[in-house]
Amino acid sequence: MTTFLLLKHYSGDGAPMPEWTPEEITAHIRFQHELVRELAEAGELVRADGLAGPEGAKVVRFGGPDAPPVVTDGPFPEAKEFLAGYYMIDVETAERAYEIAATVSSAPGPDGAPIYERIEVREIMGAPDTDS
Amino acid sequence: MAMRLDADTGDLLRELAPQVLGVLARRSGDFAAAEDAVQEALLAAAQHWPEEGRPDNPRGWLLQVASRRLINQVRSEQARRRRENTAALLEPEPAEVEGGDDTLLLLFLCCHPDLTSASAIALTLRAVGGLTTAEIASAFLVPETTVAQRISRAKSRIQSSGAIFSMPTRQEWEPRLQSVLRVLYLIFNEGYARSGGQGVYRAELSAEAIRLARMLHALLPADSEIAGLLALMLLTDARRPARTGPDGELVPLSTQRRDLWNRAQISEGVRLITAALAADAIGEYQAQAAIAALHDDAPDASETDWPQILHWYGELEQLTGNPVVTLNRAVALAMVDGPVAGLTLLDSVEERLPDHYRLDAVRAHLHEMAGDKPLALQHFRAAAARTTSAAEQQYLLTQAARLGREVG
Repeated sequence: MTTFLLLKHYSGDGAPMPEWTPEEITAHIRFQHELVRELAEAGELVRADGLAGPEGAKVVRFGGPDAPPVVTDGPFPEAKEFLAGYYMIDVETAERAYEIAATVSSAPGPDGAPIYERIEVREIMGAPDTDS
Repeated sequence: MAMRLDADTGDLLRELAPQVLGVLARRSGDFAAAEDAVQEALLAAAQHWPEEGRPDNPRGWLLQVASRRLINQVRSEQARRRRENTAALLEPEPAEVEGGDDTLLLLFLCCHPDLTSASAIALTLRAVGGLTTAEIASAFLVPETTVAQRISRAKSRIQSSGAIFSMPTRQEWEPRLQSVLRVLYLIFNEGYARSGGQGVYRAELSAEAIRLARMLHALLPADSEIAGLLALMLLTDARRPARTGPDGELVPLSTQRRDLWNRAQISEGVRLITAALAADAIGEYQAQAAIAALHDDAPDASETDWPQILHWYGELEQLTGNPVVTLNRAVALAMVDGPVAGLTLLDSVEERLPDHYRLDAVRAHLHEMAGDKPLALQHFRAAAARTTSAAEQQYLLTQAARLGREVG
């Protein structure tokens, strides 16, 4: 077996989702649910998640030894040239996620110096708040 | 393990797990090792009982197997230490316990305030709930090794913090109990909020949290916050069948099919919260349960007692100081005094909730109530862009789409 990562983008043909009709949104989401179910039944699914919107996305870089992570709102490069791998982590706070991202960013390059790789941090969609 | 066992045996094993662990932890004075040994005994039971039949004395069987594992563990530890030529292992002193229920002691220990939520949840589900590491991993959609690591870190944290297997003192009691209630509530929420999502055991987490809260209530029936928490869980869980539509989409309270609500759970919850509120000391779980009961009591959304709900959100706001509660109070206020009053209240909390999607979501609702569809549309879209829940996003986008069509 070979494992693949399929990346969904916001770009597609036609109007963006916020301009669709309620029926179109429901049909789109039903399609996603059914696909997840089919892949799971076929024994081919590892995991599928939606990402929280780009509004909350951050770029994190190693801040240097003993310095806090450098957290910015961008820039976000084109995925094709940019994506090299991923870590999926389950932590208590966003700050801890940034800390880990900074560590990833501190990986050594030539002469053992940190390469300050840009790490894009995106939240995986979770559960809604409990209704009240 | 539950998959190979019939439901009765599974329930029995999980009921016995904390009892056996309590005995073993007290006898050995080593909670961490005893917990591992009981987990192994549970796995052994799941393996042997379906083939060999349930033993006549299941509790004795588990205790014997777990003791044997623990002794082996101690022996190999001793051998290792001898090889390392260190001082001989001292026989562990049994911890002093004067009566008290082991299950309660275990809950206090596993929900110790020094632990992170994730660690406390995993340890509680395994040590008190009798779930396997694999089941917990499946429920939380994380690898089994991650759960195992959280549990072992929790144990060493407990050890290094000097926490012992004994009742908290009178002084420690309140914060320690709060910590237990919080962990149980988090377990419930994990199961309730994500029901319908991926993860085989997810829905069972709510049932497990209710079971543990029920157990705690039976041990300390006079504590009205425990009763409040149990009532809150029952009253919330009662709405589960109506909370999501056929495609997993969220159905808001106002349009849920109330005939799908679980009447037995509602009656039990209402009975519990009524009795709790008659006692003294109102707490946040009681206030939340009171609100849930008022919703569940209304035969139709239009008959909801909003003035009472508004009152309870006021209480809850004072108890918690949480600005998210103010958002809910604004909704109740809008239902009582109209949307303008609700919107004014929202302005007062804006600074404390920067970028919070629910602020936009509530504003959207209230602007729509006030008849301002373009503004409502704008806020629904802003909320949809910011939420971190897929189900919530679908709901908000659908609301925006509905308004978008009307506004044109």
